[in-house]
Amino acid sequence: MKKINNIIELKNISISFDGEKILDNLNLCIKNREFVTFLGPSGCGKTTILKIIAGFLKPNSGQILFDGENINKIPPYKRNVNTVFQRYALFPHLNVFDNIAFGLKIQNLPKNEIKYRVSRLLKVVNLEGFEKRKPSQLSGGQQQRIAIARALVNRPKILLLDEPLSALDLKLRKEMQLELKEMQQKLNTTFIYVTHDQEEALTMSDTIVVMNEGKVQQIGSPEEVYNEPQNAFVADFIGQSNILNGIMLEDYKVSFAQKEFECVDKGFKSKQPVDVVIRPEDLQIISKNKSNAKFTGVIDSVVFKGVHYEIEVFAQDMYWLVHTTKYFKKGEKVGLTFNPDDIHIMSKLFNQTTNVLSAEVIEHNKIKFMDIVFEKEDLNIDVGSNVKLTIPPNSISLVSSDFADLVLTLDSIIYKGAYNEMYFYLDDKDNNNQYILVTSENEEEVGTELGLKFDFNKVEVKRCE
Amino acid sequence: MKSKLVPKICIIFALIFLYLPIIVVIIFAFNKTKSRTVFNGPTLSWFFELFKDHSIMTSLLNSFILAILASIIATVIGTMAALQIVKMKKSSQSVIMSLNYIPIINSDIVMGISLMLLMTFILNIIGGHLGFLTVLIAHITLCMPYVILTIIPKIKQTDPNLLEAALDLGCTPSKAFFKVILPQITPGIISAFIMAFSISFDDFAVSYFTTGSSFQTLPVLIYSMARKRITPKINALFAIMFVLILLMLIVMNYLDIKSEKTLKKKSLSSN
Repeated sequence: MKKINNIIELKNISISFDGEKILDNLNLCIKNREFVTFLGPSGCGKTTILKIIAGFLKPNSGQILFDGENINKIPPYKRNVNTVFQRYALFPHLNVFDNIAFGLKIQNLPKNEIKYRVSRLLKVVNLEGFEKRKPSQLSGGQQQRIAIARALVNRPKILLLDEPLSALDLKLRKEMQLELKEMQQKLNTTFIYVTHDQEEALTMSDTIVVMNEGKVQQIGSPEEVYNEPQNAFVADFIGQSNILNGIMLEDYKVSFAQKEFECVDKGFKSKQPVDVVIRPEDLQIISKNKSNAKFTGVIDSVVFKGVHYEIEVFAQDMYWLVHTTKYFKKGEKVGLTFNPDDIHIMSKLFNQTTNVLSAEVIEHNKIKFMDIVFEKEDLNIDVGSNVKLTIPPNSISLVSSDFADLVLTLDSIIYKGAYNEMYFYLDDKDNNNQYILVTSENEEEVGTELGLKFDFNKVEVKRCE
Repeated sequence: MKSKLVPKICIIFALIFLYLPIIVVIIFAFNKTKSRTVFNGPTLSWFFELFKDHSIMTSLLNSFILAILASIIATVIGTMAALQIVKMKKSSQSVIMSLNYIPIINSDIVMGISLMLLMTFILNIIGGHLGFLTVLIAHITLCMPYVILTIIPKIKQTDPNLLEAALDLGCTPSKAFFKVILPQITPGIISAFIMAFSISFDDFAVSYFTTGSSFQTLPVLIYSMARKRITPKINALFAIMFVLILLMLIVMNYLDIKSEKTLKKKSLSSN
């Protein structure tokens, strides 16, 4: 049997800055000669992985294996790895030739070999005749190519690329995406690419590693990641999606949007809450009278996007995003339909449908949790006993922090057709390592601090057993 | 039209204000008699006498050697310090920078006297006299804050990725510094050096208090001469120095303009 050839293996890698965990016990293998892309929002730890492989950062714990050998202690200048930096980092005092030849001169190679290799690389990146120019005299795209040539001329086993195309305009970026992919196939080198642009990742990669908050969410080919997202985060981040709350009734049967549907997924517990994903291009708008219409609704908005129309349909109390090449008028009554295999079922990112917190009765009819004290009438529980509070997600409202009971940082937000599902990480001595779920129509950004106000009339109190 | 005339007059007035004293010195360098009030016709004799004056020539040489040594040492130490300062946390960086500002704002005479007190205190223990070495140390102290202040912005301007790029391409950290970082901050180092040189060369207060009888700098000598009567030889010396500085400025400006022009030409031809 052929042995799988891993060029990089990351084992139990953890790293934190100023007490904040950036990577949390990461395990990952990268196959030789693959084009691997780390995809995720900013701050998810993808650039940190690149810096660990290059040697600019040392993990707090864990092992880095290169061709099966531990390279934790090898300094960056002794690793057979080269990097293309986000802002190119060309040496401004050297001309194009000397920039590309830099690594070869450090290795003390003979002059004619340096000349041969540099001119060959200039041909690869299509910039022959630019040897004498200074980096400041080149356009962004040209500087980018020089940065790639400067890294590749050393014939690294791995080329690391840190969002190298983010500073280029759209058209040039698309051209460079194809060129990079072509280059990787021609040179037969492992490329490890970091980006937050999902389209870029889908275009170029053999394998995509989707990351969020220092953790791997899914590893797979572009097709796998797009067609079978493992959780709502991946579905939301890669492409556009309709993500809904559903309940798995039994194998091949799911309920969402107040109806029951046949689907192709199985293996969930009965009555398990799940996330249901339907891609906008899988939804079809049909005449409302047709018998196969799953719902009927009204066209709420139509936006022309070049290849398709982006249409929002209001049906079953929620908005459905549809991509279609056919035009529909705003306000038109239509039907919506989809096939069973268009329904993607995934277990919930956070296994939580409501909030349950520990609290204590401190006085007659007074309850305290996390420095918040509130009154509850007709509470027949002894002073000093511990209780569990059930706080429904829709009983918490977002307010300015001056009026808030609690200020927390938003960790995750997913649009569920009619409202946003927000998760806030809570770190309290009685309620540690848990999330607070809030449903709201507000649109907020991950990482912002928001004020939470509780409606204590809707809170249920139960004595702890 | 009127509105343009007023600023023009202002500029001319400012220039006269700045350069009239220098012009007077140069004119009187060619005066036949020793008079400082009446011009009695031109001569070059003061220039010849200047070069024959042993004490002026020695102190000029002293000042020159002192300024060169002090500014080189201050630039080297200051550059190393600046490179470390930028690596510090923001809060400690601002503390260091304010500490660096205090000697600059502080008057030279305070610095001179405190350096003298410190040095005589130390010399009292280890033995020795005030002289070349004490002035040199004092001048390094005097110049260093200016060096740090000039170089830090230049270091901050350089892309932090450049160092990583050099390491990535196989440089050891020290090689990366000399091949990549140093060339980036060289213009800053040169201007820091020029500034240190000029501060050291025309310093009077610090030199006066920290030097002994064995070593006299030019400003100290001129001060002691002025207590009796200033000779027109000094006027001749100033005239020569002024012309030299003027020539240096012209050459530097010319080089600047030339390099800018070639840059423009190249960028035009590349488009």
